[in-house]
Amino acid sequence: MTVSVEARGWWGRWRAENQGLIDEWRRSFYRFQQSRLSIVGVAIIVFLLIVAFTGRYWVPYPDDSGFTTHVEIRLQGPTLENPFGTDEYGRDVFTRTVWATQTSLIAGTVIVLVGGLIGIILGGIAGYFGGLVNEVIMRLTDIMLTMPGIFLALAITAALGPSILHAMMALSITWWPGYCRLVQAQVLSIREEDYVEAARCIGASRPRIIFSHILPNCLSAIMVKASMDFGFAVLSLAALGFIGVGAQPPVPEWGAMISKGREFLPYHWSYSTFPGLAMFLTVFGFNVLGDGLRDIFDPRARR
Amino acid sequence: MGLRYYLIRRLLLIIPVLIGLSIVTFVISHLVPGDPVRLAAGPQATAEQIHKLEEEFGLHKPLPVQYLNYMRGVLRGNLGTSMMNRHPVAIDLRRYFPATFELVVMSTILGVLIGVPMAMAAAVYRDRWPDQVSRVVALSSISMPVFWLGMVLQLILAMTLHLLPISGRFDPRVPFPPNVTGMLLVDSLLAVDLHKFGIALKYIALPAFCQSLFGVALITRLLRADILEVMQRDFVIMARASGLPERVVLFKYVLKNALIATVAMLGFLFGWQLTGSVMIETVFDWPGVGLYAVKSAMALDFQPIMGITLFVGLVFTTVNLLVDVSYGVIDPRIRYG
Repeated sequence: MTVSVEARGWWGRWRAENQGLIDEWRRSFYRFQQSRLSIVGVAIIVFLLIVAFTGRYWVPYPDDSGFTTHVEIRLQGPTLENPFGTDEYGRDVFTRTVWATQTSLIAGTVIVLVGGLIGIILGGIAGYFGGLVNEVIMRLTDIMLTMPGIFLALAITAALGPSILHAMMALSITWWPGYCRLVQAQVLSIREEDYVEAARCIGASRPRIIFSHILPNCLSAIMVKASMDFGFAVLSLAALGFIGVGAQPPVPEWGAMISKGREFLPYHWSYSTFPGLAMFLTVFGFNVLGDGLRDIFDPRARR
Repeated sequence: MGLRYYLIRRLLLIIPVLIGLSIVTFVISHLVPGDPVRLAAGPQATAEQIHKLEEEFGLHKPLPVQYLNYMRGVLRGNLGTSMMNRHPVAIDLRRYFPATFELVVMSTILGVLIGVPMAMAAAVYRDRWPDQVSRVVALSSISMPVFWLGMVLQLILAMTLHLLPISGRFDPRVPFPPNVTGMLLVDSLLAVDLHKFGIALKYIALPAFCQSLFGVALITRLLRADILEVMQRDFVIMARASGLPERVVLFKYVLKNALIATVAMLGFLFGWQLTGSVMIETVFDWPGVGLYAVKSAMALDFQPIMGITLFVGLVFTTVNLLVDVSYGVIDPRIRYG
């Protein structure tokens, strides 16, 4: 028996050791396939990723992502050359919308990652150590949850100076409380499980218990929240851009484009309509995926 | 006994939350770089003038002293003075808040009116087309950038079809109803002026609809799950077995029990909409707290920002308290602990 396991190499050994995990994944994947909406979500996200990271090589007018001016074709409706029309400098709105996909996806990832990491670390500490540490962290979280997030992000961005980087920083700072509370609650319940007790009994160190026993078991809840949250991060960033404290010209960004295009309503409707549609598609994709993931991971919602 | 003790404890708990909120906001607004004084004084101001302005607002003192001075004012209902236009923040808030409150209440009502029937349809016709439609509608409405949707609706309903006004809060050609609460819908009703009530309703329709979408999505998904859960309980089976009509079972037995969690969420929804008012008010030029916050933030005017954060935090905690207390009224089984 041992021989055959070794004969299959490290991959075979890994599979033999983690048979339970693999079966769990198989079941999850099967359930995932069953929900048609999740497949739609994944399809949308894959499409967006391809657009975001190859877009710059096939957009019709790559120069239009910066400062260029074509006065003769400014503010035109959709035509064959400019499928989404042109903006007030005659730049191709299609090019800029595609270009902005990358900006938004990267920014959303950074916000969710940074905010999520802060929240996971704080929540993990609070849940595992309990007592005074828990009180201090959770009261701070409560206060942050009471705080109107976008007001604060707005103030921070305005003070740091309007730019997309500062908007990302401000949102990351105000993003963590939700994760903190989620992880704390999860850790509190997982901490009491038998396998954690067993690990403690055989003398596993605290970091080992936290990182290889408790946190992996919180992962599904975190993933569901992150997926739902990602769309919201994209929306918040665009909201700051729309108000005027996010991305600054000439950086193509959906919120800023919509805000600019609003000045030319109702005659040049295409200018701000298409970036909005692109944003809707993005957020919709992630929300649909999150909804599907929740159906898989949350037994209460699985009906 | 239980309720009174519970109320007092909850009211006392508001105090540390507000102190914490004020400290966090104060620290953040004073640690960020950017020189509000220089901005307020204008580019031509001399060093002496700037110094004088700093002294007037007490900005030359150490931070803890500034904080204590500020809090001393807050206790007396003085939220400081805006550096840009020298208006007392408390008075400005009193002027802007009714507009926001009106908008948030209207959108919460709309959210319930649209969300509850959608949730019921989805639960009753589970996994059939009403369920799928309500799921897609709910997912779409939280995926929609609110400011973009507002703009598209303005474009279609206001600019093209001329059915509704584009933006603002009231017809500039008509005098406001006499100011009692500051909420135009309430004021015009108090003055028994249906014409003005109609105008105010027309102006609030679009912003309230856009604002309500998040609530619609939330209520639809949450209530659907709860209805499905309650439907499997024994007392529902019992009611059906006794031959009660399905309508009675649904409304009297299922909905009443399923709505509890939704009511609990209304507090969260209310707070969310207060925050979301920033976007809606910017798009619809609605003169409320959100627009006030945007203007203040752009001018780096931190006294209003502090005041708004504290005030919105207070409103949020109060609403949550009210919601928690109202549980007992809806569901007598709940004991306050």
